[in-house]
Amino acid sequence: MTLTHYLLLAGALFVISVVGIFLNRKNLIVLLMCIELMLLAVNTNFIAFSHFLGDIHGQVFVFFILTVAAAEAGIGLAILVVLFRHRQSIHVDDLTELRG
Amino acid sequence: MDVVSFVFTLFAFFLLLGALGTVFSRNPVAAAMWLVLTFFSAGGVWLLLQAEFLALTLVLVYVGAVMVLFLFVVMMLDLNLAKLREGFWHNAPLALLVGGALAIELYLMLTSPAFHRAAAPAVAGSNTKMIGEVLYTVYAYPFEVAAMILVVAMIAAVTLTHRKRSDVRVVKPEEQIAVKASERLKVVSLPAEKE
Repeated sequence: MTLTHYLLLAGALFVISVVGIFLNRKNLIVLLMCIELMLLAVNTNFIAFSHFLGDIHGQVFVFFILTVAAAEAGIGLAILVVLFRHRQSIHVDDLTELRG
Repeated sequence: MDVVSFVFTLFAFFLLLGALGTVFSRNPVAAAMWLVLTFFSAGGVWLLLQAEFLALTLVLVYVGAVMVLFLFVVMMLDLNLAKLREGFWHNAPLALLVGGALAIELYLMLTSPAFHRAAAPAVAGSNTKMIGEVLYTVYAYPFEVAAMILVVAMIAAVTLTHRKRSDVRVVKPEEQIAVKASERLKVVSLPAEKE
């Protein structure tokens, strides 16, 4: 297995999640899941480079990305719950109050 | 096909299958379950890259905590699935265009000879120990910042979702402690009845 294999796998994962963001434009929950998938692809890239270059610092960076991603998921879902309590819906088209 | 290639192919297949399932599944609960499969397979791929600590962290933190959080929220909300699903293929041409362009670009870039690296020699020693040695020395300050980010996120999530209910009677300890005898006991003078 060369570095290219791992990079292509992460690239495919990233493309799938980008397509998912376009298709699930109205569903906030799946949008959040697609963002998690993108972060996973990036993390896989970091770890692949860390392994093939023999440099541990890439893995430390993944550790920090995981921390921030967990915080982001927690706050994102909290906002989702508050939103649903106010609107009884998480449909993106219903969220037009801040439109200029 | 040697063992490593076989294991890589297996995990890569389930990784992409899980990602496709997440994107295309009709029900958000099913999407969350597909996402669990994706994270688990990614953990396997990371193990192949000798990142044992991060692979286990991914399974513990993501499959164990974040995905459970996702499932809780999805099941708690009463979603109108048909309405969320309508217009799913509306953006398909744009998605195909952007996704295809991105895929071609990434393929051209990643297959360049610069990335043709043979497997690195296996690292002797504990991966966890190696990460710990830099994490608590070089990255000590960022580590503290990460801890602060988690605390802030926890407080933010609690305060966001906390709500005061007006229809429930609750005990207010601060009022109970601050109460004076004159507020509790009222002396009323009743004139004695005469017959």
